[in-house]
Amino acid sequence: MAPKVKLPKPGELSIIDYSLPATDWMDTPVEFKPNTFCWGAKGKDLETLGLPNARDWNPSEEDWKLPENWEQTVLDGIAERLSKYRSFKIFMDICVRCGACADKCHFYISTGDPKNMPVLRAELLRSVYKRYFTKSGKLFGRLAGGRELTVDVLKEWWSYFFQCTECRRCSVYCPYGIDQAEITIIGRELLNLLGLNINWISGPAAACYKKGNHLGIEPHALTGIIDSMCDDIEDITGIRVNPTFNRKGAEILFVTPSGDFMGEPGIYTCMGYLMLFHELGLDYTWSTYASEGGNFGFFTSNDTAKRLNYKIYAEAKRLGVKYIIGGECGHMWRVLNQYMDTWNGPADFLEVPKSPITGTVFENAKSTKMIHISEFVADLIKHNKLKLDPSRNDHLKVTFHDSCNPSRGMGMFDEPRHIIKAVCNNFYEMPENTIREQTFCCGSGSGLNASENMEQRMRGGFPRANAVRYVQQKHGVNMLANICAVDRAALPALMNYWNPGVEVAGVTELLANALVMKGEKERTLDIRLNDLPGKGGNE
Amino acid sequence: MNNTLKDLLEEKRSVILTKWFDSILDTYPADDSGFLKKQKDRFLNPIGHTFTNGIDGVLGGLISGQDVEESASFLNDIIKVRAVQSFSPSKAMGFIFALKKVVREELKKEIRQNQINEELLGFESKIDDLALFAFDIYAKCRDQLSEQKTEELKRMTFSLLKKANLVSEIPAQEFERKDLDFNI
Ligand code: SF4
Ligand code: SF4
Repeated sequence: MAPKVKLPKPGELSIIDYSLPATDWMDTPVEFKPNTFCWGAKGKDLETLGLPNARDWNPSEEDWKLPENWEQTVLDGIAERLSKYRSFKIFMDICVRCGACADKCHFYISTGDPKNMPVLRAELLRSVYKRYFTKSGKLFGRLAGGRELTVDVLKEWWSYFFQCTECRRCSVYCPYGIDQAEITIIGRELLNLLGLNINWISGPAAACYKKGNHLGIEPHALTGIIDSMCDDIEDITGIRVNPTFNRKGAEILFVTPSGDFMGEPGIYTCMGYLMLFHELGLDYTWSTYASEGGNFGFFTSNDTAKRLNYKIYAEAKRLGVKYIIGGECGHMWRVLNQYMDTWNGPADFLEVPKSPITGTVFENAKSTKMIHISEFVADLIKHNKLKLDPSRNDHLKVTFHDSCNPSRGMGMFDEPRHIIKAVCNNFYEMPENTIREQTFCCGSGSGLNASENMEQRMRGGFPRANAVRYVQQKHGVNMLANICAVDRAALPALMNYWNPGVEVAGVTELLANALVMKGEKERTLDIRLNDLPGKGGNE
Repeated sequence: MNNTLKDLLEEKRSVILTKWFDSILDTYPADDSGFLKKQKDRFLNPIGHTFTNGIDGVLGGLISGQDVEESASFLNDIIKVRAVQSFSPSKAMGFIFALKKVVREELKKEIRQNQINEELLGFESKIDDLALFAFDIYAKCRDQLSEQKTEELKRMTFSLLKKANLVSEIPAQEFERKDLDFNI
């Protein structure tokens, strides 16, 4: 029992200032509270990327060290994008304020802050568009919903465009198909014209530009890392896996997000790829140059994204492979599926992917020539090409988080579920209105998985965690599976905060646990080198 | 607790809960849509659901005279949410004391008739105990946020790298030299 101390009288304590600024949203400036925003981009990284206004800056300081005449830069930037992207012009013009999107954003749901309503997030930019680019706004200004571009407005953009994970949940409900993610993307591009990126994005993007991947892993380090994974695989299975690197003439190039090379639990997914490809005898190679499937340039600007993406096709061409398989990642697939072909295609030097094991031709990748590991594996399982022992996952009660990009971005709902059901005996879906196209974001997407904004991430991921909690309480779920490297990096903290006891794994890790390999020794360890319960380990 | 107060609280339980809930929601930004109050689906409105459930459990515990520890799980659910919403500690935790205000307002008549004053003070002192307990939970949540930052860093710099000392920084100038360009 807590000790009794004299507390202020109830009357005193219950008089707490609940009142809010009685100002219109347009006049309420943002506040930068610690733990809820990301550090500003570093000058050296912006310089590496050739981005404007390279200097160190701090969002919580008054002076953002903006370039001279920044207002004009932004307005010119808007004008350029209005003429370049028809979608942007339409999104600025057609919103009818029906409100269907309003309560669909995880940041709004978990803060109640109206500026996190997708419709209002768009309005932050739209109000400036109206003021400077529409007749009524030029004439009537505020009466027509227009707003001057000021430093406060700019800071508000920064706060709220880096408080949108570009997850597109809101757009699923918009009768006009207005895609707030695209508005955020453009908002961030405009901010990048002034050097206003966040460190967590520009740091990895610069590393990727220099060394081929976000983590800055150099070629010799990458081969070293994978070699060390092969040692662990040997301990677990008794089989030595011998992957090749930069091998010319291989049939397939495999590209995965670098999150799979470093950090738990991503590395276990990577070990899963190695084991699977070995077991299939796949003629494939890793590349130490195209060593990043993800693309933090995508959260910076169209041009940066395009430049970072270029190496994938270039490397495929250099090595003379027939097609590309990509690992488990989220935004990587949004980029590969929706942008790569336009940016750096046509990849006419590649062939339409055809599984060498089942003969299945992946017509869906006819143009990009790149397929997702989950479609490849689901096809193998469908054709009964893998020997699996799902009982090795019997200690796991698994649920699946649809990552925003593969699910809403490319419609991949069933393949990962097909795999999980084949490799695990205990699978439980979260409630229907929180999965598949209605899935809730992890709260850390689009480059917001820094650590300094931990509080923001925890609340942004609350709707997701709340649905996990339901299956945890109802079915004893203890494993949250996913097919996204950012999820694997970000969800462990989310689970630790909201649902202790729930761990996080890539689907390919679960597959690797169940995969019966030719000539393997009796397994007593799982892929994490923990004893396998019920399999001779100490449990 | 004396039966009179207990009976009164039971009788007014639902209105007390509604008012308490409303006073908590008043700490959120003004929002004409009333979403946090109106959306009843527990998955689409986890804040609303957590608070509705949580305060019901806490009040139930207070009325039945349980030890504060018994209400811990309900308190925990509410405080976890409040601890990540950019509130100052006093504002995050003010909701507990708001209950006193709501109860006093609801029992105005009885208080005036001097029927329940003794019991009410006892009841309020239990709320104070609860508040102390709640502050511990709040502090734990905040500590956890900081710990998670460190843990995340540890998870990210996987031991492999440290073991092999495999990553190095190329100084920016060195990179600018063209000889590092790959020939593709
Ligand atoms: S894209 Fe996602 S994060 Fe952005 S406003 Fe829409 S629902 Fe919110
Ligand atoms: S759903 Fe579409 S049209 Fe309706 S308010 Fe949202 S963005 Fe505007």
